[in-house]
Amino acid sequence: MKILISIILSALLAYAAGIYGNLPWWSFVITNLIVAMAIPQKAFYSFLSGFVAIGLLWCGLAILLDQGNDHILSMKVATILPLKGSYIALIAVTTFMGALLGGLASLTGSFARATK
Amino acid sequence: MRLLPLIASAILTTGLVFTLDTQLKIGNSKAPRLGYFLSPQHGFWKNAEKINTNFDATIIANELKGNVDVYVDDRLVPHIYADHDADAYFVQGYLHAKFRLWQMDFETRVASGRLSEIAGADKLPIDRFFRRLGMVYGAEQTEANINATNPLMKATLDAYTAGVNAYIKQLDPTDLPFEFKLMNYVPEDWTPKKTYLFLMFMSYDLTGRSANADLQLTNTRDFLGYDLFDKLYTNKQDSLDPIIPKGTDFAKPSIIPKKPSNSDSSYLHTTNALAINNVAMPEAPDKNNGSNNWAVSGSKTKSGRPILCSDPHLGLNLPSLWYEIQITTPTHSTYGASFPGSPAVIIGFNDSLAWGVTNAGRDVFDYYEIKFKDSTQNEYWYNGAWKSTTKRKEIIKVKDSTDVIEDIAMTNWGPTMFDAHYQNPQSNGRNLAVQWTAHSTSTGVETFYQLNRAKNYEDYLHAISLWTCPGQNFVLATKTGDIAIKQQGRFVARWERQGDFIMPGEDSSYAWQGIIPNDENPMIKNPARGFVSSANQPATDPTYPYYLGAASAFPLYRGISVNKHLTSMNQITAQDMQALQTDNYNVFAATARPAMMRYLQLDKLSNDAKRMVNEMTNWDLNNSVNSKGITVFKIIWDSVEQAVWGDELAGSTIPLTKPEAFVLLDQMNKDSNWVIADDIRTKDKIENFKDQVTLGVENATKKLSELEKENKLEWSLFKATRILHLTKMPVLSRLNLPIGGGVNIINATTENHGPSWRMIVHLTDEIEAYGLYPGGQSGNPGSPYYDSFVNTWAAGQYYRFLFLGKEKLKQNARTKWHLQFKAA
Repeated sequence: MKILISIILSALLAYAAGIYGNLPWWSFVITNLIVAMAIPQKAFYSFLSGFVAIGLLWCGLAILLDQGNDHILSMKVATILPLKGSYIALIAVTTFMGALLGGLASLTGSFARATK
Repeated sequence: MRLLPLIASAILTTGLVFTLDTQLKIGNSKAPRLGYFLSPQHGFWKNAEKINTNFDATIIANELKGNVDVYVDDRLVPHIYADHDADAYFVQGYLHAKFRLWQMDFETRVASGRLSEIAGADKLPIDRFFRRLGMVYGAEQTEANINATNPLMKATLDAYTAGVNAYIKQLDPTDLPFEFKLMNYVPEDWTPKKTYLFLMFMSYDLTGRSANADLQLTNTRDFLGYDLFDKLYTNKQDSLDPIIPKGTDFAKPSIIPKKPSNSDSSYLHTTNALAINNVAMPEAPDKNNGSNNWAVSGSKTKSGRPILCSDPHLGLNLPSLWYEIQITTPTHSTYGASFPGSPAVIIGFNDSLAWGVTNAGRDVFDYYEIKFKDSTQNEYWYNGAWKSTTKRKEIIKVKDSTDVIEDIAMTNWGPTMFDAHYQNPQSNGRNLAVQWTAHSTSTGVETFYQLNRAKNYEDYLHAISLWTCPGQNFVLATKTGDIAIKQQGRFVARWERQGDFIMPGEDSSYAWQGIIPNDENPMIKNPARGFVSSANQPATDPTYPYYLGAASAFPLYRGISVNKHLTSMNQITAQDMQALQTDNYNVFAATARPAMMRYLQLDKLSNDAKRMVNEMTNWDLNNSVNSKGITVFKIIWDSVEQAVWGDELAGSTIPLTKPEAFVLLDQMNKDSNWVIADDIRTKDKIENFKDQVTLGVENATKKLSELEKENKLEWSLFKATRILHLTKMPVLSRLNLPIGGGVNIINATTENHGPSWRMIVHLTDEIEAYGLYPGGQSGNPGSPYYDSFVNTWAAGQYYRFLFLGKEKLKQNARTKWHLQFKAA
C-alpha cells in the first residue's frame, strides 16, 4: 500500500513540478527525495517507487505525445541519437533514463530519512 | 550505519543529474543535454506537434492600435486582416516568430558572424569571413540611415520587431523550437538591426560570389597570362538573347568611364600578383543563384489579361527561406512570399498588379590592393601620400573559449578583408580591401513596402527606384494591361574588365567613376513582342554603354529557352504557364549534342562507348526524372571540356576557375581548328576537336559504366536533389527527390539549388494565382506542415492561392483556424 501511495505521489509531484517551464528538468529529483523522506520504506522499495513513478510518468507522456504526432519527430530524433530511427527504442531510453534517476533520487531520500 | 549508502547514492544521483545536464561531445558536434532533451515535459517531445493541432488562439497585445483577425487556411497560410498598417506588420512579426523563430535567429547569426557563440570554435572561419567582409558594418550603415531619414520605415520595422518580441516574451521555455533544444541555447530579442543583417545576407548571397570569383579570376589570369585568359574567358557570347531585345537603342550615357592609361601593363597584363585563395571561407554563393521571371501581355493570353510568372532560384533549405502570407489593411491587400526576418511581401501581387524578381548578376563587388606603411595598419599609401585608416573592432564570442577580436583597417575603399592576420600562405602578405555597394546605406525594405501598395506602372517605377543592392530585374504586370521589366540597383559605371580582377588601390585611377543613374538602367515596357522576361542573362547586348561584368556571372541558355517558348506561345492560360515554369527542355544540349556529333569519330570508339553515344543520340532532350540520356550527355560534355582545356589549366598549385561551357560550344560551332583544342602536353602532335571529342567520349564511358553498375544512370538518381536543413543534418532534410531539370533548364533544379518559390499570377478581375515553395509553413521538424509542399513541388504541381476579402475568406471551405489579436 505504502509503495502505491509513494508511486502515485512521486509521479504527481514530478508532473506538477514539470508544468513550470522555468524550473529545471530534473526538479523531480527533489520531489522524489521529499516523497521518499516523507513515506518511509525500505531502501529497495523506495528505489522501486521512484523508478516506477518517473518511468511510468515519462513513458506515458512520451507515448501520448508520440501517438498524437504519428511518430514524425521521434523517428527523426531516433536517427540523430542514434537509435536506428526506432521510436520504440527512443521511448524506452527516455523511460529508463527518467526511471533510473527517479529511483536514485528516492533511494537517496530513503537513506537520508534513515540517517536522521 | 546508513551514512555511507546515503553519501554513495547522493553522489550517484547528483553525478547522473550533472552528466545528463551537460552537453557531451559526440564526434564533431555536441550532443544536446540528454536529460533535458529527452524529458517529456521540457525537451523535444514537446515539439512533437499534434497531427490535428487546433491553431485557434486569442492573443492580447499592448502594442496594437486595434484588433486584428488572422484566418489560417488548410496549408497553414495566414491571411491577416488589420485596420492599421503597423498592426499588420506586428502580426506578421508574431507569426514569423511563431512558425520560424529558430531559422530567423540562425540566419542572422550567420550573417553577423555569431555562430561560434553558440556552436564553438569550429565555426570561427565562417564568423571571421562575414565580420571581415563588413556584413555588420553594412547593416549598421542602413540602420543609421533609416533611423535618421525614414520615419515610415523605422515605424514599420519597429512594429515588426515588437511582434516578434511579443511572441518570444510569451514563449514558455518548454515550447522553444526544436533546434534551440538540440543545440542548447535560447533565442534573444529581435531588433531592426537583425532585419538589416538578414537583408545583408541576401546581398551577399546574390552579389557576394565576387568575393571568391574575383580571386579565382585573378589567379587564373596570372596562371595563363592575359592573352590566353581572354580567349578562354571571353565576354563575347554569340548566342546571347538579352533581357532587353537586341537592337534596342540606348540613351547617350551620362558617365563615360575612362580606362586608366596604365591598365594594360599594371592591371590586365600584370602577372606578378600572387592572389589570395584557399582562405577558409564559407561556401561561396551558388553560381546558379538566379531565377526566371516573365510577364505576357493580354495580346498573348486567352483571357486578354496579362499573366506574370516568377521563380527565384536559390539554395534549397528547410525551413524554407520563404513564408507565404496575405496582408490586408485599408491601404492595400497583398499576397505572396515573405522572408521570415523582414516585414512585407517580397515577391507577390496585390489587387492591382503583380511583381517578381530575378538576380541581375551585375558586378558590384571589387578588391583593391592596399599598401600599409607598417604592420600597425594605421596608414596606407593613397594618391601619393600616407593616409590614416580607422579601425573597426569586431569581437567574436566563442562558446567554451576566449573571444576572438578582428581589428579591421577601414580604408577609403572599404574594410580590409585580407591582410597579414587573415590569409593563406600563398597570399604573400597582400592586403585587399573590399568595395561593395552593399556597404552603402540602403532603404531596400521600402521598395517592398511600396510594391505591396503599388497601384500602377508609375508606383512600381517609384518603388523600385529606391532599390540599391542586390541588383534585380523587377518584372511587372498590371490589371490594366501593362507589362514591364527593369534592371534596378546601384550599378557601377565600369570600363571593360574593370573589377574582374584585383585592382591596384594605391591611387584613385582604378576607383569607381560613378553610379549609373536610375533612368539609364535597362528597362522595357509593353514591347511589341508581347512579353518581357529575364533569366539572369546579360541585360543588354554590347551596345549598352556600360560594362556589365565578367560573362561567367551570366548564364545564357535559360533565357534563350524562355524567350523561344514565349515567342511561339499564344492564347496562353495559367495552366500553360505551369507547364512552362516546370519545363525540362535542354536548349544547351540541343546545340551541343549535334556539335559534338559532328566531330565524333564513331569508328574509333569502343563498343561500350558506342552504346553510350547511342543512349545520348536517342535522348529526347528533356531533363526528365527517368531520363538516362541527359546523364550520359552531361558526363560526355564535361569530359570533352576537360579534354579541351584540362591541359591549359593543368599544373596550377592554386585552384583556378573553369571556362564557361558557352565558350567551347561557340568555338565548336565556328572554328573547327581552334588552337585551344590542341593538347599542349603532346609535343609531336596537334590535336583538334575531332580528337578531343572522341577522347572525351571514351573517357566519359569509364565513368558512365560505373554509374550504370551502381544503377545511377537515371537523371534523378544521379542528380539526387536534396533540400537540406540549415544545420545540414540529413534526417531533418529531404533527400533524393524525384525531380528533373537542372542547369540551363527552365526548371532549374540542381542538386541542392533551384526554384525556391514558384508563382503564377493571372491578372483577371478576381486574381487567379498559383504557386508554392519546396518546404512548408512550419519550421518545426516535428510538424506535419514542416515539409508539406515538397512532394507537390517535386511533381511540378501547384496550389491555387486563396486571395480573398475577409468575409469571403472566413466562409471559404479551406479556411480552418482563427487567430484573434486584441489590443489590450
